[in-house]
Amino acid sequence: MADQVLDAKGLNCPLPILRAKKALKDMPTGATLQILATDPGSVKDFEAFCRTTGNELMEHAQDGGVYTFLIKHTA
Amino acid sequence: MLDETNAKSMTIIVTKGTLDWAYPPFILATTAAAMGIETTMFFTFYGLQLLKKDLNLKINPLGNAAMEMPMGGGHMAMPNILAAMPGATALTTTMMKNMIKKKGVASIEELRELAIEADVQMIACQMTMDLFEYKREDMIDGPVLGGAASWVDVAARSDINLYV
Repeated sequence: MADQVLDAKGLNCPLPILRAKKALKDMPTGATLQILATDPGSVKDFEAFCRTTGNELMEHAQDGGVYTFLIKHTA
Repeated sequence: MLDETNAKSMTIIVTKGTLDWAYPPFILATTAAAMGIETTMFFTFYGLQLLKKDLNLKINPLGNAAMEMPMGGGHMAMPNILAAMPGATALTTTMMKNMIKKKGVASIEELRELAIEADVQMIACQMTMDLFEYKREDMIDGPVLGGAASWVDVAARSDINLYV
């Protein structure tokens, strides 16, 4: 289970990324954040976010219209 | 590049102040800041509208043949002759704001707040302030006043420079 869950469902670009960043900032290194989003663009965006910031995208999944991301705070 | 770390940096020149064109610079600035990029926004000409304490951004499709609104499964554009009528700006602005809310798109107020929170540096063009007789006290507190040289100085040391 993730250390923290962020519900970004219904939010559009760039809000899921901004909320995720805000959550990660207050989390200790190594902690994991699960994000739920409905924005289809968030799939590519969270990959890009993690590549640039150095945080680890551990997994992402899709269930119906909901995208789930698990990010480990490493940077 | 602005400091001694490996952090990248970006500047955006913001020249437009209508409700639609307010989005690209604030979306890019907040996202870049969230991705660890030091971001500076230089507001000039109509872009200064976006720094007013009381944001009252509007949009009118007049002369913009590319602007159409989703309607009944299709899209509808407003003919120029209607867009020129009194009330067309208010009507279009209301429609746009409703759409923004419905689609979970952030308001400009919210994005601006997030930009400030994320330490996005803002420069308000002194010349435009003088030209349009804007008062400093009508603008939000954060931005510093500066001119072209202020932007060039930051831009020359930045990795990404955009003009919107």
